Amino acid sequence: MKKEPVKVKEANPEIRIGNFEEVVKGYSEEEALSEASRCMQCKNPLCSSGCPVGIDIKKFIHHIVQKDYRGAYFTIREKSNFPSICGRVCPAEYQCRKACILTKKGSPFASEQAINIHFLERFAGDYGKNNNLVVPEEKEGKFSRFKVAVVGSGPAGLCCAGELARKGIQVDIFESLHKTGGVLRYGIPPFRLPWDVLDFEINYLKKLGVNFITNFLVGKAKTIKELFAQGYSKIFLGLGAGVPSFLGIGGENLCNIYSVNEFLTRVNLMSAYKFPEFHTPVNIGKNVLIIGGGNTAMDSARVALRLQKLKGLPLNTTIVYRRTEIEMPARRLEIEHAREEGVRFEFLVQPKEFIGDEKGFVKKLVCLRSKLGEPDSSGRRRPVIIEGSEFELDCDLCVIAVGLKANQILINATPELKTDKYSDVIVDLETMESSIKGVFAGGDIVGGEGTVIEAMGMAKKASKVIIDELSK
Amino acid sequence: MKIINKKVINDVGGVRITQLDISSADIASKSLPGQFVMLMVSEKGERIPLTLVNADKDKGIVSLIFQEAGFTTKSLGKLNPGDALYSLVGPLGHPTEIKKFGKVILVGGGVGIAEILPVARALKMAGNHITTILGSRNKDLLILEAELKSASDEIYIMTDDGSYGRKGFTTDMLGELLNKDKYDLIYSVGPIPMMKRVALVSKEYNTKTLVSLNALMVDATGMCGCCRVSVSGEVKFSCVDGPDFDGHGVDWDELEKRNKVYSVQEKHICNLFPES
Repeated sequence: MKKEPVKVKEANPEIRIGNFEEVVKGYSEEEALSEASRCMQCKNPLCSSGCPVGIDIKKFIHHIVQKDYRGAYFTIREKSNFPSICGRVCPAEYQCRKACILTKKGSPFASEQAINIHFLERFAGDYGKNNNLVVPEEKEGKFSRFKVAVVGSGPAGLCCAGELARKGIQVDIFESLHKTGGVLRYGIPPFRLPWDVLDFEINYLKKLGVNFITNFLVGKAKTIKELFAQGYSKIFLGLGAGVPSFLGIGGENLCNIYSVNEFLTRVNLMSAYKFPEFHTPVNIGKNVLIIGGGNTAMDSARVALRLQKLKGLPLNTTIVYRRTEIEMPARRLEIEHAREEGVRFEFLVQPKEFIGDEKGFVKKLVCLRSKLGEPDSSGRRRPVIIEGSEFELDCDLCVIAVGLKANQILINATPELKTDKYSDVIVDLETMESSIKGVFAGGDIVGGEGTVIEAMGMAKKASKVIIDELSK
Repeated sequence: MKIINKKVINDVGGVRITQLDISSADIASKSLPGQFVMLMVSEKGERIPLTLVNADKDKGIVSLIFQEAGFTTKSLGKLNPGDALYSLVGPLGHPTEIKKFGKVILVGGGVGIAEILPVARALKMAGNHITTILGSRNKDLLILEAELKSASDEIYIMTDDGSYGRKGFTTDMLGELLNKDKYDLIYSVGPIPMMKRVALVSKEYNTKTLVSLNALMVDATGMCGCCRVSVSGEVKFSCVDGPDFDGHGVDWDELEKRNKVYSVQEKHICNLFPES
């Protein structure tokens, strides 16, 4: 008889919405062993082909079965720098788990039966973290005379810096905010990615000798040219996609309408949920609407719910999405968690206009119902508006989570840096080098909104090329 | 980020205006008139924008002048030479366009007077004829008169109560000047109601008018949209598209309302820590 998947322990939904502590508790050793033993150890495994960086999943799971957790950790580390982070935030059900042989053919995402690769990865990652397992440095004297500037301390920048520093190259990371981590800090709420997990990786880089320069906005305080003039041999741009999209409908500038970045940055980076101990405020409403269906929409809905709970308000947060649940780009786990916690969903609804009160605060959202039509360029069925279906939703706070675009300050300050129609940096995909010689780029600034692991893949590719070139 | 020097410019009737000179070679070397910085007083602090009033490139020192009006500016005013800010980043925003326009009127009100000073100096250097109008509630609250006098060809002072200069609003004088003569540019910084009136008056005379907006901000690098303003029907981010905008296009009512979105929390935190 086939064994059932091992469920991961999670905090009780009623309790967890009263705090910002991590929801998924991760596998115990016993649970990890049991889940790992479900892996069929396929002769020709499909799972690795679903991993953007090609982790040898079969092998690391086998190590777990053998109780060789060390081996499991180092197997993952061959391809991924941040197993503990990716094990928590990777959309595995669209990647390795979807490719798993146990996923039903033709399914849009992983079946429940698919091996919980992400939880096993997290288990191995946390084992490494808790036992201070460190990939051996390969410092070579010949590299010590080189300095590389990494712009942005998000997933791409951290990964690139680590790879270079391990070789003995001197790396300075420039970060415009006062804290490091980029989107991992300001974007992903601590109940999904606790700060200590992120800080562990950052501290590891510090131990490797990476120098973090916060409060420094490259493009304003220094240009690319000036960085080269300062003696940097190469520059890596991990600028990220942080510019929020809006709906472009009437009333969108009413008070209490937030971009997803503003809402999450206030709460995550600035700890506004601890106001007034922390001095940055954030508002919360009695009828909160979140527009969008991605991870940032789920994150803001769950943050809003927690703020309502902390304020003693009745829980009333609704996600408004123009397609249906199947088309939502969010991780399935986040949708499930949001629903368990009490987030409501309005599917096939398109916002038309915000209506405000006399003080300029949002009061209502006028919406239209839609139905699904033919697939669009993304392959998802396009929502078609139903004539005469207009209706109103009460709304005293709204978060717009409909996508993020490339950060522009450095791009605007660097006309020689070629960009595409989305203002993403154009690179040679073999080398990740941009139109400026010696300037590389990776992460969301290249591919648009992607995942941590994709950013890491690009950063690793760039770091290899940088190391090769500096070896010459 | 270390505070080198502190000067209380004015401390009358509960209004305290303070200047801090802060060491930051990187910001000083790049700062241009019209740009601003974001700062945090402490690790638990808020990020607030303040206009760069002066930059001494040789000494690597920038100067900020602010009214101790809210919780964060009051905390900032408590710092002394030797203390350091928790965070300071800049220079941010586009610099003000400096070139020879011809005849320029600068209108400053309240602490906005400090913010027109670097622009006045730069426009004067660029060969413009500078007429400055300063407004304050009364004589005691007026700041930087001497500094602006030396950066101007003509200067007019307006006080609400007539205790100094002429009684009336800056816009009364602006209207008179525009009625008598033709000007090429008006640049104004001050409270929103004042900038709004400046734009209304100058619109009648079709005179190009730039205003520096003081929208609320979080990251100030274009990532949050907290500072969005409607200008001529388009949504702009003050932090990366501004802070200077065409005063005739700004939706002033929207800006005024958006700037009050946290007034409840502001009152609460000020009551909670009255000593801070």
